[in-house]
Amino acid sequence: MNNESNVIARNDERLAAFEERVQKGDAVEPRDWMPEGYRQHLIRQISQHAHSEVIGMQPEGNWVTRAPSMRAKQILLAKIQDEGGHGLYLYSAAETLGISRVEMIEQLQTGKAKYSNIFNYQSLTWADIGAIGWLVDGAAIVNQVSLQRTSYGPYSRAMIRICKEESFHQRQGYEIMAHMMKGTAEQKEMAQDAMNRWWWPSLMMFGPHDSDSPHSSDAFRWKIKRHSNDELRQKFIDKTVQQAEVIGLTIPDPELKWNEATGHYDHGEINWDEFYRVIKGNGPCNKQRIAHHIRAHKEGAWVREAAEAYKQKQAEKYN
Amino acid sequence: MATQDSQLDLWEVFIQSRNGSHHMHAGSVHASDRSMALQNARDIYTRRGEGSSIWVVPANSIVASNPDEADMFFDPADDKVYRHPTFYTMPEGAKQI
Repeated sequence: MNNESNVIARNDERLAAFEERVQKGDAVEPRDWMPEGYRQHLIRQISQHAHSEVIGMQPEGNWVTRAPSMRAKQILLAKIQDEGGHGLYLYSAAETLGISRVEMIEQLQTGKAKYSNIFNYQSLTWADIGAIGWLVDGAAIVNQVSLQRTSYGPYSRAMIRICKEESFHQRQGYEIMAHMMKGTAEQKEMAQDAMNRWWWPSLMMFGPHDSDSPHSSDAFRWKIKRHSNDELRQKFIDKTVQQAEVIGLTIPDPELKWNEATGHYDHGEINWDEFYRVIKGNGPCNKQRIAHHIRAHKEGAWVREAAEAYKQKQAEKYN
Repeated sequence: MATQDSQLDLWEVFIQSRNGSHHMHAGSVHASDRSMALQNARDIYTRRGEGSSIWVVPANSIVASNPDEADMFFDPADDKVYRHPTFYTMPEGAKQI
């Protein structure tokens, strides 16, 4: 055998051993050998997840100065700080795969990397902050609970930490909605309006139907993904319907109804044209979100420069 | 090396959840110096009383074993079964041993 076929044979052997390990439920750690496709899939997924946490701070930040009480403002600030923290856990997890923070930020700012579509919608009223916490974070939790068992160790550990913190987010959102539904006619209308605008985009967060999902087969074989998009979406619908009923909100789907035979809710078809339109950059806020991120990053450059200058000075002083 | 727009250095974070327990690896942070690393670690990993003590270590100071050589590296532990208490046969009737 020549050298080249030796290398190929060695890689085939490694791939087989890797897949066998993963099938047995063994976690993969940063320094382990892994197929390039696995590494690239994870970099794409984890960085997209990190960007979503960070961009997700914007629609909520929009309401910090207008929160209706001191209590609400403190809670919102704590929640936004959590989102920033979640972004950092995830950037760290992605960095263990050999991509730098600088590269990830650049991919976000140039549009090469995506973030969750949901954050391209506006937060028009205070009820939207309720809907984001309850529905958007609620949908995110369903997905993240499933990812706690993902095969890549650092990603799994970040998910476990995030899930612990995320249930506060969902509960604070639901509390806002419940509170408004006990208020005046206008407040109730405002809550229902937020429900109407956020319901369908929340369902889209789980991604295309399994039959149209481009990356899923490798992701399942390598146990990056543990449940399909449609399974997770169904889980979210099933648990959210009752919560809406309790506080008197109507789910804006005339086809939604309980199916005795399947034990799940049937629902109407999602507007996938809208989904793809927003992904391609034509949602209500795509340009604004990225422009804001670039501006904030540039405005913070002097802080990083000052920190580096301080480090240099300290080194000169003590060496 | 500091570039024009640096992402700062990488530090690994270890947290002790309460006195008496081990420091456990929690994740990593970016920071340009040790006091910034400590503050960032506190803000990122202990927002809900998760820690009573934090260690931060420059990531490039950590020496790690090589997973490809793990079998050989940990092999000496495998053939010394007499290191485990279950190896020994105890006389019938002996108690509390």
